[in-house]
Amino acid sequence: MSDDEILGKAYDARLMRRLLTHLRPYWRQVAVALAAILVGSGAALAQPYLVKLAIDDHVATRRLEGLDQLALVYVAVLVVAFAAEYVQTWTLQLTGQRIMFDLRMAVYGHLQRLDLRYYDRNPVGRLMTRVTSDVDVLNDLFTSGVVTIVGDALTLAGIMAVMVWMDWRLAIVAFSVLPLIVLVTQWFRRNVRESYRVVRGWIAKINAFLQENITGMSTVQLFRREALNFARFDDIDRKYRDANIESIFYYAVFYPAIEVTSALATALIIWYGGFSVMRDTLTFGALVAFLQYSQRFFRPISDMSEKFNVLQSAMASSERMFGLLDEPVAIQSPRSPRVRPPTGLGHIAFEHVWFAYRPPTPGTPDEGVEWVLRDVSFDVRPGQRIGIVGATGSGKTTIINLLLRFYDVQKGRITIDGVDLRELDLQEVRSLFSLVLQDVHLFSGTIADNMRLGEQAIDDERVRRAAEAVYAHAFIESMGQGYGSAVAERGSTLSVGQKQLLSFARALAFDRRILVLDEATSSVDTDTEVLIQDALEVLMQGRTTIAIAHRLSTIQDMDQILVLHKGVLRERGSHQELLAQRGIYFRLFELQYRHQSHVTSLKS
Amino acid sequence: MTAFQRLLVFVRPYRRAFLVGLFCILVTQSVALTAPVVLQRTIDDLAAGVSGAKLTFYGALLLAIGVIRGCFQFLMRRVIIGVSRDIEYDMRNAFFAHLQTLPLSYFQANRTGDLMSRATNDLNAVRMMIGPSVMYAANTLFVFVVAIALMLALDPWLTLWSLLPLPLVSISVKVFGSAIHRRFERIQAQLSELSAVAQEALGGVRVVRAYGQEVSELDRFRRANQEYVNRSRHLIVLQGFFFPSMGLFLGLGAMVVLWLGSRAVVSGRITLGEFVAFNAYLTMLSWPMIAFGWVTNMLQRGMASWKRMVDVLDVPPAIHDAPEAAIYASSELRGDIEFRDLTFAFGSRAPVLRHVSATIPAGTTTALVGVTGSGKSTLVNLLARVQDPPVGTVFVDGIDVRALPLSVLRAAIGCVPQEPFLFSDTIADNVAFGLDGRLGQGGREGRLPRVLDAAAIARLDKDVADFPQGYDTHVGERGLTLSGGQKQRTAIARAIAIDPRILILDDALSAVDTHTEEEILTRLRDVMRQRTSIIVSHRISTVRGADQILVLDEGRIIERGTHDELLGLDGLYADLYRKQLLEEELAAS
Repeated sequence: MSDDEILGKAYDARLMRRLLTHLRPYWRQVAVALAAILVGSGAALAQPYLVKLAIDDHVATRRLEGLDQLALVYVAVLVVAFAAEYVQTWTLQLTGQRIMFDLRMAVYGHLQRLDLRYYDRNPVGRLMTRVTSDVDVLNDLFTSGVVTIVGDALTLAGIMAVMVWMDWRLAIVAFSVLPLIVLVTQWFRRNVRESYRVVRGWIAKINAFLQENITGMSTVQLFRREALNFARFDDIDRKYRDANIESIFYYAVFYPAIEVTSALATALIIWYGGFSVMRDTLTFGALVAFLQYSQRFFRPISDMSEKFNVLQSAMASSERMFGLLDEPVAIQSPRSPRVRPPTGLGHIAFEHVWFAYRPPTPGTPDEGVEWVLRDVSFDVRPGQRIGIVGATGSGKTTIINLLLRFYDVQKGRITIDGVDLRELDLQEVRSLFSLVLQDVHLFSGTIADNMRLGEQAIDDERVRRAAEAVYAHAFIESMGQGYGSAVAERGSTLSVGQKQLLSFARALAFDRRILVLDEATSSVDTDTEVLIQDALEVLMQGRTTIAIAHRLSTIQDMDQILVLHKGVLRERGSHQELLAQRGIYFRLFELQYRHQSHVTSLKS
Repeated sequence: MTAFQRLLVFVRPYRRAFLVGLFCILVTQSVALTAPVVLQRTIDDLAAGVSGAKLTFYGALLLAIGVIRGCFQFLMRRVIIGVSRDIEYDMRNAFFAHLQTLPLSYFQANRTGDLMSRATNDLNAVRMMIGPSVMYAANTLFVFVVAIALMLALDPWLTLWSLLPLPLVSISVKVFGSAIHRRFERIQAQLSELSAVAQEALGGVRVVRAYGQEVSELDRFRRANQEYVNRSRHLIVLQGFFFPSMGLFLGLGAMVVLWLGSRAVVSGRITLGEFVAFNAYLTMLSWPMIAFGWVTNMLQRGMASWKRMVDVLDVPPAIHDAPEAAIYASSELRGDIEFRDLTFAFGSRAPVLRHVSATIPAGTTTALVGVTGSGKSTLVNLLARVQDPPVGTVFVDGIDVRALPLSVLRAAIGCVPQEPFLFSDTIADNVAFGLDGRLGQGGREGRLPRVLDAAAIARLDKDVADFPQGYDTHVGERGLTLSGGQKQRTAIARAIAIDPRILILDDALSAVDTHTEEEILTRLRDVMRQRTSIIVSHRISTVRGADQILVLDEGRIIERGTHDELLGLDGLYADLYRKQLLEEELAAS
């Protein structure tokens, strides 16, 4: 089911309690807002009463003294109401923003810790929705939902209290329309909720249809399906329209129905109140004030229907957001990490490692598990250069993923200087490696930013030295602002080769003990190719290197070459040894060298 | 045609409904405006002493006014908002129909999300402009004019004084409204920035983790997040001021009536009833005042969105039929294909094809071989006019494809693209995709046998037998995920099902294993014997049986002949062949 279609109940006490815990750090602001609401409600209540006083004390008695003061009091009440509402809106919205800030940091912070496995399952687009839209929906809840409902309820209670105090009999007459309001609102809520769901369903279908047809437009056109697909679109579009028109009906009934109820209340007040005035049990002023109070009575009630929608989508969003926050982090540093022996230089060993991206569930037999690595063992001594070769899907990249502990092995273990990876501090493990990936990920920012990432310890000098060493300096200097030049989204202004060199420079700037390299397969022009080869040589200098190698020249000089085939380590040895075996490597090599006819001399 | 004129084209068919809507508004507000008069009478009669029956009558009258008003209010909303939904529907259909005429290049240059947003979000803003905002504008105007006239009739002097603060309301809605809009857009811009930061870091999660930059990424995000809060704060300052100021301005008017009105009653200029009616009119005016500013903002936004939609509607369909194409409208093509010194480039870039000449007689099979980027796919795309070739370069049955009606040309071609696009529909619907287009909706006769035949030839039948609902199994997001090979075979079945004169397989077997490929090719051979086939492939096994093999390199045909002839040449093709033999051997180990 698509996330957007979750439309649960409008109120879920469990979710609400949890949401309110995020309000707790701001209880002072909330208190201020509540106080402001209280004052504001009071000021709103005072206005019709002042009208009553004006009529009874001045108009009816034809006495003008004190009227000016009354007008001044009225102005004062207006100013107080203004101030109270200002304070309320301001504190509430600001607090809402702060809570959103906290929530966003919490969600994003958790994403920074979540396992890569979670990223495999969830496309980036969906994660983005959690960080942005879902949190924003909650903003509406805090600012126009929860707290203002309290305000509305207070105002309602206040109005009722004042009406009862002024004349309880007339108040009861006025309140007699209340059950009608409750009925109308209930009816509206029930129907609108259902029709909202239907409308949402159809708009989702419109979106899906558009998405599919725009993406596959050339297929549509090639197969001359325009007319038929248009007919289908028309059908969905029509149903969407009809669903909307149905929901208009509910709104078109609801607002007038509330108006009619309000007219009924007015009529009742005029009728019963009029008799009271005739019997002199009610003053003119009180009658007018009653009319005004009853008008104010209806506004919060019709507002409720809008808040209902806010509540509903907020519940759905918070459910998704908490779902993410509750996602457990499996890969993290142990409570008390072990320390590598101080003499350790980074001796890596894979011991009978088994791994599957979809791990076997405990208690069930292992059959059907798609093992990506099967019983892989090898070791890399400090300073050694290891090349890993194999066809696509043989498990090469997985080795890198396990080494950096992006995933944990299912059987066997990986050790560094004799200590299991899982017992070491995670940050320490990863700080041993410089990683260069096949497709270079660039961030928007400057060239220098992209080399040092967030590492402040890497100063401009080090950035420049690293770039010079891997022959990236020249092209960087040729860019408008040198190291300060902006990198466009995903580095679209740089060539493939330049991006490669930039990632080498990044790896060199970080200067880690072990270089992990997933060599790029994409071909670049010959000049850049030579540069890249030279740069690689610089990069590997004095470092333990583990490379998934695609280029012949890189493979040949390796101390040891591992040949992976369908997750099994099939051959190992130096270039010459493996060629002599005449096995998989030999044939892989044959394949490769034919590609590059200038090495034909090796054929013998 | 200006954007506004284009808008009128959509609105005009509904002018009658708009008139009905306006009439409803007129009645609603006229009736509503009588309520204060009743109120005035009641109060004045009460002051003068009145019978109980009359009082009951006034009460009933107020209720009746409410009911009549409610009925017309209901009709008003129903009619006007309903019409806006009708127009929205027309517009969305027109928008989609136009998209269908646009060339592939347009969809490559414009992001899907952006086009979708125009068809949904922008369209919604346009609808708000022609529906609710017209409704509120008409209401406002009418109430404004009539209420003020009635107030003036009661007491001109008091009217002037009490209305003094009202323009402030509209002005502040307008001024604050646009300032709020600007600040809101700054917030939206920062939201995009925030999203971009998150997108980069989440997309590059491996790099971030490997270099231990979680904390610095969190910092980067915090800064963007903080900036977002700051910008929101700027908006809040305005909003916090704006809404309460409405209450203040409107309240000032009420205060003036209370203050000066009381004096007027005392001095006998107006009655108590008129004083109460005056108050009621003022209350009725407050909402239109707020709506006025709101409506102007809505109109601005709606027009901006409409322009964004018109931008798309104004893109001319790039490929359309030449005027002389009509004479071929009912042609049946045989399938003789000729490329005549064809040179083609995308825009001003370097040519993708250079001086390509080749003849493909009807009923024969031709294979195109070459490395990625050698121009194979472009060549077949030009044949199907996915892109338009230059005039006088591509011919079918001796007719320039540019002179053929697109419908005739494409009816003759069954194309299996490199990355087949399947629709989230059932298997049967996907296979019959082109067939249904021909049969039209409802033409289901003879559909199933053709689907089954095509599926059998594409070797899809055995896979389907394993699917839970057979040919009715849904594929795509909401159903079964097909493997790459299954997708390709579905696409092949889709192309065969339309029984085309010309069959194009653009690297259509790359994800199918060799054994299945062999099976498909054997079955296809029968089908291909009766039609012209073009097979694009990297794989020698796929192309070796072709009548003619063309080897492309950097847009030129560098070798041509049968499999054996090309092996004899010992060129690029022969080299490719030896490499693939090795690969096969390797895969077998």
